[in-house]
Amino acid sequence: MKELTVDAVVSNIPLVTDFVDRQLEELECPIKAQMQIDIAIDEIFANISSYAYSPEVGPAIVRVEVLEDPLAVTITFVDNGVPFDPLTAETPDTTKDAEERQIGGLGIFMVKQTMDSISYEYKDGQNILMIKKNL
Amino acid sequence: MTINKTMEGTTTLTVALGGRLDTVTAPELSAALDITGVEELIFDFADLEYVSSAGLRVLLTAQKTMLTQGKMVIKNVNDTIMEVFEITGFADILTIE
Repeated sequence: MKELTVDAVVSNIPLVTDFVDRQLEELECPIKAQMQIDIAIDEIFANISSYAYSPEVGPAIVRVEVLEDPLAVTITFVDNGVPFDPLTAETPDTTKDAEERQIGGLGIFMVKQTMDSISYEYKDGQNILMIKKNL
Repeated sequence: MTINKTMEGTTTLTVALGGRLDTVTAPELSAALDITGVEELIFDFADLEYVSSAGLRVLLTAQKTMLTQGKMVIKNVNDTIMEVFEITGFADILTIE
């Protein structure tokens, strides 16, 4: 299990992505799964950066764990900011046309659609969000 | 992310993107997209790896503007990006070739 602690700011998204990508490459993760995970990191980390400690800046921990049999990877995001469960965010209406469409909620929606599982808990003052992708 | 803009005539603008259109790079695209007077806006995604929702936001804004002044088309979309467009319903909003 590998762990990285960084300030939850959007400018750290590339750093977090590289940290995870390096481990995915070691597992010979298929490129499409890697891209979907990269998108998930972007969405989740952007949310934490915007909401967890706003207007202050705080830390986020990113943990990567590899599961075997079947091969899968879990990425856990931990922050000690404002309690926020992204899974209860309203699912956008993806049938609306451009005129009416809203972007809010699309990020987490995409994560839910592309990851094999996503879980959230608030424990000991920490938001803990875990995504899992089977490889 | 690389942004290459080419004007054909006075009203057709082609924007080729390279790299990733994500939370960090979407503001760059937004700032670079001056579409005043453009009647045909063409995005070339041949070198684009993926798009996150921040990128979708910029594309949606451009699409809404182009609906009133002409048309917008996205070309050379890879599988990952096409899937994002389909999952999010953006495949129905955008014109993808």
